[in-house]
Amino acid sequence: MSGGHIPQEHYTPQSKAEKWLDHRLPVGGLMHHLNSFPTPKNLNWWWIFGGVLAVCLVVQIVTGIGLAMHYVAHVDHAFASVEHIMRDVIGGWWLRYVHANGASFFFIAVYLHIFRGLYYGSYKAPREILWIVGVLIYLLMMATAFMGYVLPWGQMSFWGAQVITGLFSAIPGVGKTIQAWLLGGPAVDQAALNRFFSLHYLLPFAIAGLVAVHIWALHHVGNNNPSGVSVRNTSVDSAKKDTVPFSPYYTVKDAFGIVIFLIIFAVFVFYMPNYLGHPDNYIEANSRVTPEHIVPEWYFLPFYAILRSIDNKLLGVLAMFASIGILAVLPWLDTSRVRSGAYRPSFRWFFWIFVVACIGLGYVGSKDPAIRLIEQSEEFKFRDPAKADEKLKEITTADKSAEAAIQISYHKEEDGESYMEYSVKHVHMAFTMKNLGQLLMIYYFAYFLLILPILGVRERARPRPDSIDADFQAKMAKKRKAAAPAAQPAE
Amino acid sequence: MKTMKFFRAAVLSVAALAAGAAPALAAGGDGPKIKDVTWSFEGPLGRFDRAQLQRGWQIYAEVCASCHSMKYLRYGDLGRKGGPEFPADQVEAIAATFEVPDVGPDGQAITRPAIPTDALASPFPNRKAAEATLGAYPPDLSLITKKRTGFHGILTQMFKGTGGAEYVYALLTGYTEAPAGFKVPDGAHFNPYFKDFAIKMLAPLPEDRVTYQDGTKATTEQMALDITAFLAWAAEPKMEERKRAGLANIIFLSIFAVLLWFSTKKLWKPIKNGEDA
Repeated sequence: MSGGHIPQEHYTPQSKAEKWLDHRLPVGGLMHHLNSFPTPKNLNWWWIFGGVLAVCLVVQIVTGIGLAMHYVAHVDHAFASVEHIMRDVIGGWWLRYVHANGASFFFIAVYLHIFRGLYYGSYKAPREILWIVGVLIYLLMMATAFMGYVLPWGQMSFWGAQVITGLFSAIPGVGKTIQAWLLGGPAVDQAALNRFFSLHYLLPFAIAGLVAVHIWALHHVGNNNPSGVSVRNTSVDSAKKDTVPFSPYYTVKDAFGIVIFLIIFAVFVFYMPNYLGHPDNYIEANSRVTPEHIVPEWYFLPFYAILRSIDNKLLGVLAMFASIGILAVLPWLDTSRVRSGAYRPSFRWFFWIFVVACIGLGYVGSKDPAIRLIEQSEEFKFRDPAKADEKLKEITTADKSAEAAIQISYHKEEDGESYMEYSVKHVHMAFTMKNLGQLLMIYYFAYFLLILPILGVRERARPRPDSIDADFQAKMAKKRKAAAPAAQPAE
Repeated sequence: MKTMKFFRAAVLSVAALAAGAAPALAAGGDGPKIKDVTWSFEGPLGRFDRAQLQRGWQIYAEVCASCHSMKYLRYGDLGRKGGPEFPADQVEAIAATFEVPDVGPDGQAITRPAIPTDALASPFPNRKAAEATLGAYPPDLSLITKKRTGFHGILTQMFKGTGGAEYVYALLTGYTEAPAGFKVPDGAHFNPYFKDFAIKMLAPLPEDRVTYQDGTKATTEQMALDITAFLAWAAEPKMEERKRAGLANIIFLSIFAVLLWFSTKKLWKPIKNGEDA
């Protein structure tokens, strides 16, 4: 370790054994550096997710290795081998439910980690590389999760793979070739399943490598903090005023956060293990039957909504990849020198709208884009299907581009008599789920391309504290005041 | 005109593009609203009712098994903890009543009586054979309550579950006469809970279809409840073990969290009072 930005006391080996080891491999110095790393003392609970994510990665790798001992990557046996794990392998149900829900919780943690970075400006100088490595980790997580979801070889596995690899076929000229190269053949089949298994096993270790780089970069530039003010780094003593050693202060605090996270995780694993999955994935893959709605896992839904917002396939694919890629250039899009959103009154509004837009995109991605949220329409009800058909023909003859459809419903009277109702709906104007997605997508891109660049120049930020210590002491004083209000006469 | 039940079906025919090419009548999708059923196996402390699972097995063996396979289940599972828990000798006797394919001493294909480690015998050797005989593929029932849903919506599913068991129960008890004018396709039967309101399966559970050994009256509703409970167990045979483990895990983690909370408070107290670390 090359000292870094924040001065830290040097490690001097004490015992003979330590000296012997230090002379040959400075592992003691590395451990000392990691344990006593000066960490801002004003970090709030949003800073626990780094530790949570490390736990998630380990949990996924350990349970994944266990599952790989029983899983069979063959189109005829994959689905059955997962059921074998669930039914016959001792603790197999635990391994699989932890791994499947673990993927979801990994993404919950990474999204909270990313939003924290977005709010407190953790991507700004000098943390650009730290941020970009994070974006790369996120990309690899997405690839790993996608391939992992294919392995159980259920209907959603199969059709999800079909849709996602189909995206590459939108590239003009070479698209089909790239798709065939990714799949190892003309269709999603044995070759695709086998290589997805291979890569699903490989990529987590690539993620682990990037995590090491992420932590390396973190230890060079130091943690950001809620005030956004840098640690005073002129001397070891001045740095000590703003920081505490990582261990035990943050190891214990993070451990508490991790255990709370694990409790929520356990509720899902043990009591609602299939809530975050899709029931269709309990149907074995069948290339002859297309599911009614193909939806990806929940953590991909916002991007799926962006993909479907644009009618042109190629543009849709480009927009989807751009929505992720734009994160990598964010450090240069945000022109504000103020890191923390806490001191940017206008930014905070745009930020929270952005959060709502992302959640909204996720909701839109989970729904049928044709759903009409607001509509102006005429409805004609019939009990005779022939008359309904006639009416539909009448509407479509009058206006060839008319949007009309028949809906059948079953009714049962109190006296037991039942009838079918055929309702013809002629829609004149509608605001659909797709339209909502388009609006939210526009905000998503505007946030990065318009709002952040302009806001940084125009916004007047509130005064920042002089130091992390000043911020910390002010917060503590406020807390003490809140804890003892009786001592203060009412104003 | 008051309607007692209002069943809604989703739209399938989308925008009509040109005159003469009007979409044919079609319905399907989500089907009618499924009613919630109270099961013994719901909730964090839910357990299966052994007697009910045993009755459910009887229905599967006497009724469903002639068309539906349950290939992920083994006869031995019927005796395992958390299931119907038939005694070991009874499991062996049950298995022996079924013939399973095997290879004889000279390499020829034979069938022999099943033993507990065998998977449940399938009524058809493969999907095509089933389709050729029945005109449609009767789905394998091992996972039916997990692959079908009765409830929809992010919050509904969070608090009520996905409703797979409720769907199966509604379907089995949902057979009724087709409304006047509605044309049920040949070889199909009217059921408002099924896609397109028509199902190939004949109403499988008329009154007294089976005779229960424990004296329970075999009404359609009773049999539907019993077979659905059995199918729910078959889809998730480790459910009881899972819920028990969950309780232990959450209690342990909660105690751990309390200890860590007070450790954090104590550790940070001097820092919060303005001392340097």
